[in-house]
Order: sequence, then C-alpha cells, then structure tokens
Amino acid sequence: MTQTIDRRSLLRAGAVGAAGLGFSGLFPAWAQTGSLGLTPQMPTLSGQDIHLKIANTPFTVGGRTGHAVTMNGVLPAPLIRLREGQNVRLHVENTLDEDSSIHWHGLIVPFQMDGVPGVSFPGIKPRTTFVYEFPIVQSGTYWYHSHSGLQEQQGHYGPIVIDPAEPDPVAYDREHVIVLSDWTFLHPHQLVTKLKAEGGYFNRQRQTLFGMLRGGPEESMSASDRAMWGKMRMDPTDIADVTTATYTYLVNGHGPQENWTGLFRPGERVRLRFINAATMTIFNIRIPGLPMTVVSADGLNVRPVAVDEFQIGNAETYDVIIQPTEDKAFTLVAESIDRSGMARATLTPRLGMTAPVPPLRPRPTLTMKDMGMGGMDHGSMAGMDHGAMAGMDHGAMAAGASAATADHGSSHAMGSMNMRDKSLVPDSVKVGVGVDAIAMSPVDRTGDPGVGLENVGHKVLTYRDLMSLTPNPDTRPPQRTIEVHLTGNMERFMWSFDGEKFSEGVEPIRFERNERARVVLINDTMMTHPIHLHGHFFEVVNGHTGSYPRKHTVNVLPGGKVSFDLTADAPGDWAFHCHLLLHMHAGMFRVVTVRPLEGEAA
Amino acid sequence: MKSLLGIFLVGIATPVLAQQDHGAAVQQEPAEPHAQHQVDEPGGDPHAGHDMSPKPSEPTDPHAGHQMPSTPAKDAHQAHAGHEPGIPDPPVAPPSAAALGGPTHAADAVFGVATMAPARETVRKEHGDIKSGMILIDQLEAVIGKGKDGYAWNAQGWYGGDIDRLWVKTEGESRFGESLESAEVQALWSRALDPWWNLQAGIRQDFGAGPDRTYAVVGVQGLAPYWFEVDGALFLSDKGDVTARLEAEYDQRLTQKLILQPAAELNFSAQDVPELGVGAGLTTAELGLRLRYEFVPEFAPYVGVKYERAFGDTADFRRARDEKAGGWQLLIGIRSWF
Repeated sequence: MTQTIDRRSLLRAGAVGAAGLGFSGLFPAWAQTGSLGLTPQMPTLSGQDIHLKIANTPFTVGGRTGHAVTMNGVLPAPLIRLREGQNVRLHVENTLDEDSSIHWHGLIVPFQMDGVPGVSFPGIKPRTTFVYEFPIVQSGTYWYHSHSGLQEQQGHYGPIVIDPAEPDPVAYDREHVIVLSDWTFLHPHQLVTKLKAEGGYFNRQRQTLFGMLRGGPEESMSASDRAMWGKMRMDPTDIADVTTATYTYLVNGHGPQENWTGLFRPGERVRLRFINAATMTIFNIRIPGLPMTVVSADGLNVRPVAVDEFQIGNAETYDVIIQPTEDKAFTLVAESIDRSGMARATLTPRLGMTAPVPPLRPRPTLTMKDMGMGGMDHGSMAGMDHGAMAGMDHGAMAAGASAATADHGSSHAMGSMNMRDKSLVPDSVKVGVGVDAIAMSPVDRTGDPGVGLENVGHKVLTYRDLMSLTPNPDTRPPQRTIEVHLTGNMERFMWSFDGEKFSEGVEPIRFERNERARVVLINDTMMTHPIHLHGHFFEVVNGHTGSYPRKHTVNVLPGGKVSFDLTADAPGDWAFHCHLLLHMHAGMFRVVTVRPLEGEAA
Repeated sequence: MKSLLGIFLVGIATPVLAQQDHGAAVQQEPAEPHAQHQVDEPGGDPHAGHDMSPKPSEPTDPHAGHQMPSTPAKDAHQAHAGHEPGIPDPPVAPPSAAALGGPTHAADAVFGVATMAPARETVRKEHGDIKSGMILIDQLEAVIGKGKDGYAWNAQGWYGGDIDRLWVKTEGESRFGESLESAEVQALWSRALDPWWNLQAGIRQDFGAGPDRTYAVVGVQGLAPYWFEVDGALFLSDKGDVTARLEAEYDQRLTQKLILQPAAELNFSAQDVPELGVGAGLTTAELGLRLRYEFVPEFAPYVGVKYERAFGDTADFRRARDEKAGGWQLLIGIRSWF
C-alpha cells in the first residue's frame, strides 16, 4: 500500500512538468499522446460501479475518419482500474441498433458474467443495459472487448488493470498501458468477403519471378522448393490473413504518424503493460537499444526474464519493466508478424523528442517446420514427438531424411508425400473440405520464438522462458488427454477445430468439475493461432513442472503443438476459440462445459 | 560475466517485497537464462543497458538450494537437448459420466430457454456459417485480328456457403457492329468435394447466330497442384449431342502487381454436329497469354495475344464457310472482380 502511494506522489511531481498538454476528447486520458503514464489524476474508471456506453462513433487516424464502435466514445475504451478483492458492478448500455456484449478477457468470473452471447448470456439487446457484477479475485493486466459479431474489429476494446491486494512483487516507478490493435476503414464483413473470394487477398508480399531473379532474403527459397510448395497449393508467404494493405496498426488508438508518446524520467523503472487487442494481427515487439524484463504474462506474474523482443498473440498480455537511464528517446516498435507494417510509439523524457524508426525487416518465409514436419528435421529432432513419428511409414521417413535440412528449404522430396494423411489423426477429426493439411510430424514448439524470429540476432522470448512466480496451485498430474486439432483451408478461408466448424453443430468439449486434464493443441495449419479458453487459467506445459506459466491464451505455432494442463474448476459453459477474430468467425470456436454446476449434486 | 550476474542480483534485492509475511515467497533466480548467450553473441551490444535493468523480483528464501526449481535456462536447454518437457501425456480418454451430466446449457437456468435459444442460434451461425459471393469478370476484351475487330467476355459469379454455392458462368464473342455471334450462360449448383475441387452441375443455354441449344452440364472446377485454375465440363445438348471443354490458367506473378497469365482451352465433341460447325474429336484449341497490371486486386487492365484454331472436321466446316482454320489475335481488356 505504502509503495503504491509513494509511486503516485512521485508521478504527481512528474506531472508538473507536463501541465498544459492539450487533451482532446478522442482518446481516454491514459491513451493521450504525451502520456505521463497512469496517474490518479487521469480519469480512469474505477470503484464499485462502472458505467460503459457502447455507441457508434467516428474515429480518425492518419487524417482519415471512419466509423467505429466504441465505449464511452473513445478508442480504445476507458481503462478500468480495479483492486483485487473488491466487487464491481459494470453497467453496460448498448445504444447500437444491434446486439452487443462485453467479455472480460482473462477475468475469473461466474459463467453468466463472462459476456459471450449465446453461451454465457443472451447478449445485450439494442437500447438496453446489462449489469455485470462479480468479485475481483485476481490482479494484473487484462482487457475487455465485444464478443458480438465483428464489433471488436471496429474499436470495441479497452484495457483493465487490477492492482493486487498484497504488495506488488513487481517494483516500478511509473506505468504505461500499451494497447495494440489494428484498424481498417473497410467494414469487417468486407474483410471476410474478400478473404472468401481470395484467401491471399491481403498478401502483397508474395514470391514473384522478378523477385527471385533479383534475390534477397525474402526470395531466397530455391526454385525446387517453390515448386514443392506450389504442388501442395500452399503459399510460404501466407503469414497473416489481413495485412497493412488495409490495416493501420495502433498504439493506444494512435497510428504510426500520430506517434503515441509515453514519458519517463531517466533512471525510473517503467512498467509497460502490453495488451494485444488486435483482431487479426500478431505483433513482434521491441524497443531498440532498451532491453525489457518480462514480469508477467496474461496478467499473472512470472519470474523476470530479460529479452530484447517478444511475440504477442492476439489477446495475450505481457508486462515488462524497462529502465531507460539516458536522457534520450526510444522507439517502441510493434511489427506485424508478416512485417507488412508496424505500430510505433515513442518513449521519451520530454515531449517532442523522437528516436529513429527502424525499417521493417524482411518478410519471413514459412519453413518445413511450419508445415508440420518439424519432427523430421534433424535440427529439432531433439524436441520431436516419437508418438507422432510412429505413425509415419518408412517411405515418408526416407523423404524426411532428405528434408533434414528442411529449415533451409531443401524439401523437394516432400512433394510425393500425402499432406492429408487421415491415419495421423483420430477419427474424431473430420478431414473434409475444411482441412487442407495434416501435420505429419508436429513438434512441441514452446521453445521457438515465433515465425520470423528464429534468427534476429538477439534474445526473443519463448514460452519455455516463462515460469510462474508462485508455485502452481494444482500440481496433480493430469488424468486424461484431450487432443484438439487446429484445422483450416487457406484457399477457402475455412477455419475449425478437428475439421468441423462450430456452425455445423459440434459437440462441446466436456470436463468434470475440478478434473485435471491435459489439452494438447496440434496445429495442422501453417498459421499461428492464439487459442483462448474462457473462465480459466491453464498451465502451459513447458518443462517447468510445478512452475508452469498460467495463461488464458496460448499461441500455437504453425505445424507445432502446445500442451496445457487444466483444472476445470469453473462450472458452466465457456467459449474456447482462436482469437484471430476472423478465424473464430469462420468456425474455429467451441463450447467447453464444466459439470456439475454450482448447487448440483456431484 | 560473474560480475555482471552479481550486479543483477544486487538489483534484484528490491526493498519492495517483504513477502515473508505471507509465506508465498518463491526462490527467485535471476531468470536470466540468456545472459550468457547474449554476451557471447557477436555483432554489437544492444544490451549495454542490462545491468541497469534490475529485476523486480523477490529475494531471499531460506530454502534456497534445496527445493529450488530449476532455472529456465537449464530446462530450456534440456528441452532442446531432447526431452519432451514435463509430465508425459496421460491417455486420451472421453469425459467422465459426471462431465456428461447436468443441464445441456448452463445459461438456460439463469436467463431462461426462451431467451437463450435464439442467442444460441445466432452464435452458431456467426461462427462458421458464412454466406458470401463474388463476381469475377475474368476477361472482357477487345479482339484485334485479321478482318473486323470484335470483343469477347468470360465471367462468372457465385454465392453461397463453403460447401454449396450457386455458380453462374457466361462467355461469348462477337464482332463490333454485328449481331451477337455466340454466347452462353450456365447456371450451376456447385458443391465442394475436397479442399480445392468443386463438382458443378446445371444447365447451359446458348444464344447467338447458330441454333440456340440447351445443355445439361456436369463438371469440376478447382485448383490443381502448382496453382493451376482448372475447369472441365461435359455438355449434353437437347439434341443428344455430347461435347466437352477443358480450361486451365495460371497466374505467374512477375511483381506484386504485374501478372502474366497463360491460359489454354480445349473443346471436344463426341460426334459431328454440322448445324454448329463442329466435327467429332478435338474441335478447337485456344492458347492465350495475358499480361495484367493489378492497380488493386479487383481491377487489372491487360494486354495479350491469343492463338485459336480448329481441328479435323471442325476445321473443314470453317474452310467450307471460307474462314481460316485458325490465327493470332491481339487482346486488350480488363479483369475485375467484386
């Protein structure tokens, strides 16, 4: 407590120097450029009763104005700042002509307060108010957003910070919330229509003939490998479905030109609370010249890890500590995973100072590992799953041997292999129109930094670097495994779990209350999917038994797999989905049930 | 190195955390698994700031050394060295009886079935049941060759879900200032067979100078390996004649916007159809090469050339009409979709 007060008085002192900043009404105070950081003087929403109003609002970025769906008229929505142990009532008024909703992402709430229409509650009808009420049982960095239609793409998202009841184990002098998002002037349904018409519509970084003749890092793939990818009808440059061709990447609602600026005093320990509120963009974040120490992931504290860069999937949050000591500005760079564009901000001791903005790095190219052949690559043979290997015939193995240098691309021998071998998946996986590939030998990729970050020349965070600061609350070994395949068809823009879209009327994934189970996510596609389970934290199985990082959203790398252990301790019905909004919209969504319910006989 | 780590540890001892009182103190390793690698790494040092970035972590655990969890560095290293991390996967098993019990939908008890049922139907539809459509004018071109210049088109449109779609195709050609030479419209039901191929069936109606035949159509359209767009169809006319057509095209991307598209079309007939000037066997073949510039993907003007000729009896029918069996043509056109 004293610590908090000290920090705040310190900030108040800092505020003197920045008096007279003209705040317009377009952004919530903390998202104003030239932000001093989160201070008590700045109007955030807190207390027992919080009022939010969902409305159509114009939004301007890059000199152009479009239509947004916002809360309390601002984009991002107001910061909701709560304290662990309090109760909160959130009065949400929907002034739209369509249903809306708010999901409290990462918050542990009773299922009927989770905010998913058709799963946890009926949704908020036009011109009605719904009151959410629940106790705050955790602390950390979270966020909130619409779970109705595609409203999230239109600006319906905002940050939540919950202060711990006990002294914060993370020491800091100042904090900034960094809400990353992607903005388009197209209506989100137009994004869908274009992707259904042409799966690679937004990719303007494809391999080309002239590019190949010219050479360069983006075109280093050999002709025979190009032919092999072509034979499979797969595009090794298909890294992101929606790109800067339509997106402006935002930091706290500011485009790169607007250059959101956060202030610090040299020597201060600054806590940056990163939230990836983007709908279709995974970001790679770095601050050239300034190392970052990751202190929390998805709201929960982890043992500090020093990194130079980290990849953040949609809906993940990371808190990092930076300590700039020099009297100079730094650029905060959040490149989109396909490196078609970036969000950019400046951290500086004084307004008006900027640092150089590094150019975009070359577009990554997918590898054989991304194709699900990681287990056949000697380089990663170590991490390979022998079970998956057993399912392969010797012919495939022989081809695998010649693809041993797969990551460097010599893979022509793969062309003869069956890329949709149904024998590799359980019968529960429907290998139909919506499944264009099955990973032949998926590997645990929690030790990989993410697509395009393998050789960037500095330390990039991996899931294996994360250890929970506190021991895991439930260390029972899991009693059963649930295997979930992440499946898709890039060409038709179809996405699903186990080959079936949610719209096809699929069975829920069912858990017994308090059972301990392991969920193995196997990514049969060539894209990274941030998979989110509502209502729970799960332990990402990353080698640190007993200190697994606990998360609500986990990136599953292409052709890879992630296991998490789950204590199904939240009775009710919960959404489980890919947090790439359009993947979810296309069908990559399930309901998870936990029974018996509260009050039911066991 | 050692001294660098030492500085880390000093930094860690922040006074903030008197965690002893609630017993949750965890031994804090610097958790700096990569400090070592870092320093070893060549090529500039963006990490000069490291020692100034003390870790906001907890100090002191009396048990340091016994129960201490291994550091990330060690484990990560082990994992890389070949062990699946963590506890091995338990067997795959179905949910227990208790998991299957209870109400079907938890929210019904809170909000009522009448309220939840429509919301449930909406959420089902909004997660996969997407209806969309597209109109593609693949070719709309002026045809410049020997004799009078003409024009031609080839377009298609579809609407529906991922599996079943209504698919309409039209193509035709004529000469400027003359009545329509030949044109056709197909209305097809299209059903996805696999990730890339569609089965299509329906009817085709011809218009133009010749007899206006009606056909039953069955075909496949899709994407062949190596990204070839392929469309093949069999036609059965209302006079009982059987003909077939096979088309393929390929987009060779020269730059992100400049695309060279070779295309081929072969037409076959099972029998002579003199009224249509068609002989049995391969009737006509067409090879095209179009170079388009995509200002945006939806709008691309192009120039191209086309070689078309008739074979066998079909060629004889043409000669009998004082036409050439085949020849080159220059094309200027627009490809567009929306």
